Amino acid sequence: MSQLPVRSANFERYLTTRRSVTNGLVTFLAVGATVLVLIPLGAILFYLLYKGFSSLNLAFFTHVPAPVGEEGGGMANAIIGSGVILALASAMGIPFGIGAGVYLAEYGAGSKLAEAVRFTADVLNGVPSIVMGIAAYSLIVAHQHHFSGFAGSVALAIMMVPTVTRTTEEMLATVPSNVREAALGLGIPKWRTVISVSLRTASPGIITGCMLAFARVAGETAPLLFTALGNQFFGVNLNQPMAALPLQIYTYAISPYDEWHRLAWAGALVLIVMIMVSVTLVRIFASRGALKGGN
Amino acid sequence: MNEPTTLNSSPMYTTPTSMPEEPMPQAQIPKTFVAEMREAEPGDVPVATGPSVVRSFLMAKSSGRVADGAFGGLMLVCALSIFVIVLLIVFVLVNSSKLSIHAFGFKFFTKSVWDPVSGDFGALPFIYGTVVSSLLAVFMAVPLALAVSIFLLDVCPQVLRGPISFLTELLAAIPSVVYGLWGVFVLVPIIRDQVGPLLIKYLGWTGFFADPTFGVGMFTASVILAIMIFPVISSISRDVMRAVPNHQREAALALGATRWEMIRMSVLRNARIGIVGAVILGLGRALGETLAVTMVIGNHPDMLKNLLAPAYTLSSVIANEFTEATGDLYLSALIEIGLALFLVTIVVNAIARLLVWAVTRGNTARAH
Repeated sequence: MSQLPVRSANFERYLTTRRSVTNGLVTFLAVGATVLVLIPLGAILFYLLYKGFSSLNLAFFTHVPAPVGEEGGGMANAIIGSGVILALASAMGIPFGIGAGVYLAEYGAGSKLAEAVRFTADVLNGVPSIVMGIAAYSLIVAHQHHFSGFAGSVALAIMMVPTVTRTTEEMLATVPSNVREAALGLGIPKWRTVISVSLRTASPGIITGCMLAFARVAGETAPLLFTALGNQFFGVNLNQPMAALPLQIYTYAISPYDEWHRLAWAGALVLIVMIMVSVTLVRIFASRGALKGGN
Repeated sequence: MNEPTTLNSSPMYTTPTSMPEEPMPQAQIPKTFVAEMREAEPGDVPVATGPSVVRSFLMAKSSGRVADGAFGGLMLVCALSIFVIVLLIVFVLVNSSKLSIHAFGFKFFTKSVWDPVSGDFGALPFIYGTVVSSLLAVFMAVPLALAVSIFLLDVCPQVLRGPISFLTELLAAIPSVVYGLWGVFVLVPIIRDQVGPLLIKYLGWTGFFADPTFGVGMFTASVILAIMIFPVISSISRDVMRAVPNHQREAALALGATRWEMIRMSVLRNARIGIVGAVILGLGRALGETLAVTMVIGNHPDMLKNLLAPAYTLSSVIANEFTEATGDLYLSALIEIGLALFLVTIVVNAIARLLVWAVTRGNTARAH
């Protein structure tokens, strides 16, 4: 076929050098990019710890916000409010998510409907959180004519469903099918097999998925802006406007008062620590009960 | 997976009387049961004198059919609830933005007036702000994300791989409002005092960077967005690159390719569709991001070439003005913005998912 080009030794050496220089350059860029990315992470964590710790005290956890101009005050109401809203959101969102995941993995596997559900869940996952807030507003707040913690929970619950669905499905898919077949072979009805064998075996992973969904919505502010609205006072009535930690951080961060900025940093630290602790606990929990089915 | 779904309703035990004459295949009945039947005198066989123990047990079992159907139905309802959620969101948003849709029609998206006092609304400045800030963020985040993915997959020593990927995922776990807080108190002063003047000095001739620098503005918002969407792009493009079969890498290396040539020829080339998907997914995230952007973009509905000037995005205008919206038309205009945001992100995400699936799914099919 075609003749190989004849090159001088110098030209060959030039090509080889150029290739290895390019290689070195790209390697350097890859390392550099990684370092560059870790800088903002380090900076965010540093400022959180630095500013957060210096303004954190016991009053932060036990007091409600002080009026403008007064020193002190805390976010007790916001911490409790966040807890209540998140608990309700989890109670509403997680069962639906797990159910849909079970359907995808155990009943509809391979069907067109399952494909469609999976795709919709993935797409729903990317819908901006503020849109969920508007939807919950139009669905609930506009009809009730007042803001409520419940509406906030609904918005967050909707956001949890797709994440829980997809992780549940993925975790159920890791359960070896011979475990299932063994149960079915013993004459156990399918629904018992799903609950006592499949879900049980996959439970550590499913719990991880639920906690990840929880961690994701725990820091969400946008869906709460016009559903839970926020509240300067202590209250656990879900039918009333309710304080939430991310909302309070937002309000304080954009305020012009130094004292409130201080509290915002403390709130952010508490929020991050709460999220990290829950995720880490779940990681430990999940790895301890790791799947021992074997293939 | 093929499951023996007819297990509970199997008819094989229903006629025990015929058992001694024509023994059923051994595999289908428990051995002891067959032996018992063979040893039994013809008269001992329970001939329909009321349900036998075995039979009543099996009949009780078959009640599992009802439970099974109910459980399966329940799971189906849960799965369908995802469709219901999407449809409900569309319905509710369309329904509440009817007023504005009727009043402005399509011109809503091409008008640049936003005047709540006289009730004249056009979303163009917000669309401009959203598109420009998101694209800028993607331009900043993509090279970094790809470089980090390459680093983690093919360069990084095994020991560091776990910790570094954990740290980059950690960026995804930080809530939007905390990014905003950090942006307002740390990033904004840096950009106002250090980065802004530098950009004006060296890139001022392009017209994209000009005085005055307030710190808040399009550029700051893009930087924050870039940091926020980086983990999305990075983790998905890493998944896609990992899905490239190893023999592709080995083939390139065997031909004498350097590491970069191997990455370019076998990894990036094979994974390019999925990488585009990851980038679009990141774009979708950036388009809808609310709080962090609202806190640092300056919230002023202008369409300026100057990236250091304040701007406004679709999501920020909703966040800022929703609770203060007086009048039904104002509110409905804001909800229409939400509807537009919803539809755009749905389309963007759908495209991205299809692209990512095209790569990862084809690979799993090949692996089996």
